[in-house]
Amino acid sequence: MKGRVLVALLVLLTVVSLFAEKFPSKPITYVICFAPGGESDITARLQQPYLEKILGVPIVITYKEGGGGAVGWTELVSRAKPDGYTIYGTNLPHTILQPLQGGVGYKTEQINNIYFFQSTPCVLAVSADSPIKTFQDFVEYAKKKGIVTLGGSGQPSANSFATVRLAKLTGLNITYVPFSGSGTAVPALLGGHVDGLMTYTTMAVQYKDKMRVIAVATEERIPLFPDVPTFRELGIDLVEKAYRGIAVPPGTSEDVKRMLEEAFRQVNNNPEFVAKMQEMGFVIENYDEAAAAKLVAELIPYYKQLWEETQGK
Amino acid sequence: MAGLQYLAYGFAHFFVFKTVLLMLGGVCVGLVIGALPGLSATMGVALFLPVTYWLSPSESLVFLGSLYMAAIYGGSFSAILLRTPGTPSNIGTTFDGYPMAKQGRGWEAILTATFSSLYGGLFGLIMFLIFAPMLARVALKFGPPEYFWLGIFGLTVISSLSRGNTLKGFIGGLIGVLLSTVGVAPVGGNVRFTFNIPELIGGVGLIPALVGLFCIPEVIDMVLNRSKKQLYQEARVQEGMIWKTFVSVMKKQVDLLRASIIGFIIGVLPGAGGNIANLVAYSEAVRASKHPEKFGTGIPEGVIATETSNNAVVGGGFVPLMTLGVPGTPVDAILYGALLMQGLRPGAELFTRRADVVYTFIAGVIVATFVMVPIGLAFGRAMAKFITKIPLSLLAPTVLFLTMVGSYCVSNNISDVYMMLILGVLGFVLRKLGFEAGPITLGLILGPIIETGLVQGLLIGRKFARPWLIFFARPLCWVFIVLSVFFLFWPVIMKKRMIVSGGDQR
Repeated sequence: MKGRVLVALLVLLTVVSLFAEKFPSKPITYVICFAPGGESDITARLQQPYLEKILGVPIVITYKEGGGGAVGWTELVSRAKPDGYTIYGTNLPHTILQPLQGGVGYKTEQINNIYFFQSTPCVLAVSADSPIKTFQDFVEYAKKKGIVTLGGSGQPSANSFATVRLAKLTGLNITYVPFSGSGTAVPALLGGHVDGLMTYTTMAVQYKDKMRVIAVATEERIPLFPDVPTFRELGIDLVEKAYRGIAVPPGTSEDVKRMLEEAFRQVNNNPEFVAKMQEMGFVIENYDEAAAAKLVAELIPYYKQLWEETQGK
Repeated sequence: MAGLQYLAYGFAHFFVFKTVLLMLGGVCVGLVIGALPGLSATMGVALFLPVTYWLSPSESLVFLGSLYMAAIYGGSFSAILLRTPGTPSNIGTTFDGYPMAKQGRGWEAILTATFSSLYGGLFGLIMFLIFAPMLARVALKFGPPEYFWLGIFGLTVISSLSRGNTLKGFIGGLIGVLLSTVGVAPVGGNVRFTFNIPELIGGVGLIPALVGLFCIPEVIDMVLNRSKKQLYQEARVQEGMIWKTFVSVMKKQVDLLRASIIGFIIGVLPGAGGNIANLVAYSEAVRASKHPEKFGTGIPEGVIATETSNNAVVGGGFVPLMTLGVPGTPVDAILYGALLMQGLRPGAELFTRRADVVYTFIAGVIVATFVMVPIGLAFGRAMAKFITKIPLSLLAPTVLFLTMVGSYCVSNNISDVYMMLILGVLGFVLRKLGFEAGPITLGLILGPIIETGLVQGLLIGRKFARPWLIFFARPLCWVFIVLSVFFLFWPVIMKKRMIVSGGDQR
């Protein structure tokens, strides 16, 4: 008799819990596909406390570095459980360029981006003690020397494409020197090993007293550098930036996706969070799943063309 | 020298109950993480970064800095007792530490590592206080061509690392360099040698390689040679050794200073760290020694060289981090993130505007370096006793389990465990053929540095009519070229010297 009651109770409990179990009910793992301390990591760490408050569960940040993000993203599309408890930081144009280049275990279309929350526009910067003060100086310097070297993060990357585009649009002989990250390119500039950097706004903010930004690759001027002209103002049609967001494994349910989308939207609407991000040089972006998919679809042909143009160079 | 005045202020700020408690916690956590094969100082600091989220900037840095310092030291325990470097910074400690343990001098080796770590750690931090701003500018002179030659110079170190057979040492180094080319190219991003296996995109990780190449052959040996059951009995603690060892270590001032300076300088250079420093320091010790042939047989000088240098790296790495905002070592990259999270921007202004944070931090890590000695000895003693008590039938599976956990934890990736096991079997076969794990891991560490320097150097060199000229056009390059040539022919020079002196060694 006792046994039967117990069984019945257990069955009841299971049924109830099946219906009652709402996402999320246990810690969510937020995978960063790069080394700790970078732009993706810093953003995730800033988001963490807000996400925990909104979702009501602990957010555990882990790192899966390797292959410029490819190791993590391959896992995202092939091995991760589509239950919403493992989410991955993703980057554009990385997830478009890596499959173009080949040899990685994922396709651009397989990355189910839920939200792009920030971007970092490319900027052209020289050392603070450089004789180059303006973009005109830069052009003259390049013509006089016959060649300029610009360091940047990765290849192919937003930095490398911006450099190649700049060379093409100005007709200048510019050599791009790729580094393993935006941070590692900085000593090369400060030590005078490269003439300048094609880097991100975040770096320009971090090293404000050591670098001089001479042009920004945005549609409009950035509040952080109000005196610096955009490339477009200088007559060069160059807009280039890196986006960062999160993605879930293929097959994740709509409910879970909406939940996560809403959580990241709410974080992005928090004035405290926005202020911290902007102070560090990030641009807040709000692309939900549908908008993110549209953005990627728009960028694919653009980067495909750039990729083909730069092949063999 | 203003730094020393500020330091007094730093100490005053440090001795707050909460900060001291955090320092103690950092030391304990660091020791355990360091001693576990596969869990490196880098992972330890990354793992505990979120914990510091709720702390003040100086509390957070004191905790992470203490953890870092103690982890590098704690790595010596498994290097000595299990022939497995606890962190990549302890690779060289296996060369003499483990033979010492085999001879029943495991406790002496642990004591030697302890006092060397104390010396190196303090040296690095004091040098940081005195020379930080000056050295930061010098470090910037290091560009891609210099890193290329630094890498080449690092490879020539093999000639003094490989005892007996230099050729096999270099072949081993080459195997390591080849392994390092698997996966995405460090410059350019091309995917190479993955044979369309997605798991290989990330390349051969250093931690799985370390654990596989060093630890697995030892486990296989354990199982195959059951008769050598007594092996670990010899790691037992001998009483009354502490003071004796302290005196004998401190008598070796020349060795201590040499290793400290090497460690500090390598720490200052952005991108290099304890993993290179301990091997260079070891090889320098061999080169400077009057009896180089004794290295590798279990002499304290070998342990002194590696354990002094790797802790001196800590202070060295803080130099570019704090003054330029450029991380000197992989751990510093995470500390950089910690600083940013706290709203602090590393750089010269950090010293002036937030001197309280910088000096409380350095004061805290100095105290941590002292404190880790008694805690470390108690811990090392317990570990040595524990290992001797475990029967072989349990030790082998326990160690195997630890290696698997360690490799998995690198990036929560099961493929790293497979990689570790495959490399372990490979390492066992190679060792039987006379190829040691040391040169192979050195090749794995240096391969990307050489490749990156070469490609970036050639790109920068486009300014010259012949791009490769850049590798010969700079004075710092020549320093490494001369050093490399000298090191390459060191075994030949040594042999001549021995013949001349009528030495009968070997």
